[in-house]
Amino acid sequence: MKVEQLSIFLENRAGRLSEVTGTLAQAGINIRALSLADTSDFGILRLIVTDHAKAKEALKANGFTVGRTSVVPVEVRDEPGGLDAILKILSNNGINVEYMYAFVQQSDQNAVLIFRFDRTDQAIETLQAHGIRVLKGDELYHI
Amino acid sequence: MFYDEEYETLPREDLKKLQFTRLQDLVQRIYNNVPFYRARFDELNVKPENLHSLADLKHLPFTEKQDLRNHFPYGLLALPRENVVRIHASSGTTGKSTVVGYSRRDVKNWARLMARSLAAAGVTPRDTVHNAYGYGLFTGGLGVHYGVEEMGATILPISGGGTKRQAMLLKDFGPTVLTCTPSYALHLYEVARESGIRFEELGIHTGIFGAEPWSDEMRLDIEAKLGLKALNIYGLSEIMGPGVGQECAVAHEGIHIWEDHFLIEIIDPISRENVPPGETGELVITTLTKEAQPLIRYRTRDLVSLRPEPCACGRTHTRISRILGRSDDMLIIRGVNVFPSQIEGLLVETEGLTPHYQLILRREKAMDTLEIQVEVDECLFSDEIKHLQRLEQKIKKNIKEFLGVTAMIKLVEPQTLARSEGKAQRIRDLRN
Repeated sequence: MKVEQLSIFLENRAGRLSEVTGTLAQAGINIRALSLADTSDFGILRLIVTDHAKAKEALKANGFTVGRTSVVPVEVRDEPGGLDAILKILSNNGINVEYMYAFVQQSDQNAVLIFRFDRTDQAIETLQAHGIRVLKGDELYHI
Repeated sequence: MFYDEEYETLPREDLKKLQFTRLQDLVQRIYNNVPFYRARFDELNVKPENLHSLADLKHLPFTEKQDLRNHFPYGLLALPRENVVRIHASSGTTGKSTVVGYSRRDVKNWARLMARSLAAAGVTPRDTVHNAYGYGLFTGGLGVHYGVEEMGATILPISGGGTKRQAMLLKDFGPTVLTCTPSYALHLYEVARESGIRFEELGIHTGIFGAEPWSDEMRLDIEAKLGLKALNIYGLSEIMGPGVGQECAVAHEGIHIWEDHFLIEIIDPISRENVPPGETGELVITTLTKEAQPLIRYRTRDLVSLRPEPCACGRTHTRISRILGRSDDMLIIRGVNVFPSQIEGLLVETEGLTPHYQLILRREKAMDTLEIQVEVDECLFSDEIKHLQRLEQKIKKNIKEFLGVTAMIKLVEPQTLARSEGKAQRIRDLRN
């Protein structure tokens, strides 16, 4: 239900992002989803990759600060109101979304969104109780 | 112009006699009343009665800033606590600031020496002084304040900050003398100019600037822009505050140290021996007349050189050069004394670990700025922007609260801060 996401601290300077992708390319790691949050000084790159342990090792060896966070992949109907339905369930249950971003590929005919919640376990329970499909790690990596 | 002509022009022979009498008295007082000094004297096997001439000063122990910290807050008082009428302190984290107590007579002497300094700078009772030194535990504001009142001029107790308002007050109140740090003078000029105030037309004839080192180039710049005579004042809280010495308006060069109250030596900071006259060394001061918290051979860490030649103004008191540097790592940021170790202490307190950091000092629009770069390691790192921004805010707030300086905090990637031979390069001073 929970999948691991890598987060990388980046100073805002030219070429820094490509050093991350270069490191991953050399280690033979495929990026499945990513999001970049930034301020004027720094950014945080969040990644879901095929091999987290290997990716982390390669990045750390290249001097990056790497963090690990549990995030939740959720299937969203690819139609008007799909995301809205999910957010309503969450808000009705007082669960806060810290951030979210879209997964690159679809699962069958549905979109996949990656969520970071303030209360991860409660969020998973609530979503499942409302018939929302939460993907397992294996499912996600092999879509 | 003299405030205390008799003492200011005392022939050097008489001045030396007076110094020796006062030194004898000081040594007796300090030996009898300050356990710290008694222990130091005993360690060196020195007794007050061994003092036969000023030359014997070299047998007496030195006092370091750390000694004041070790006896925080009242451990070095030579008078009963109830005889102390005022306390000042230099900035520092809890337990680390240096505290200084003053007796009623110390406060009076300070005011008189400050008045003497003002007079040497050409200030008269007809002048009005815009005093932008900070008021509070810092000695700058109140030190100048009491001196101005003592001499009978008019004081405008402005204190620091609120520069736009200050610029308006300059126009409204028509001061003739400005007292502040040299960098603040330039900042005030810039802000005034932006508000359409022509500084050179304000009628301020003299600026008395101190509390931070400044160069001759900066003096020329200030004088050209502000249209006033810029003079150097010297002082430090451990010894008294502003008014330990003052550049006279006549010579406009070299700071007269008021030697009837302060006995000075210039030493090599390493060998601790006196350097030949004219050579640069560390200024060491013995407070001859201080009652509440007298100090013997206090190492100021200020690097200066002696200018023994007589001065055209008629004062017989020796002059020192402007401050040429520091013999320790103390930084002076907008007049506030800051040690890198204090910042490190605060960083450790903020997150409970020792992050790698670097301090970068710049001068922008004549104002000193401090940027603190903190490396983000895995313990500090969060994947949420708001946590990292909260961390920045927290550091900034602690620095402001405890050290009184505004810093820009910048989070950087690990290993980006230069390390030379394993030792981190902590400070980059790009101001001069």
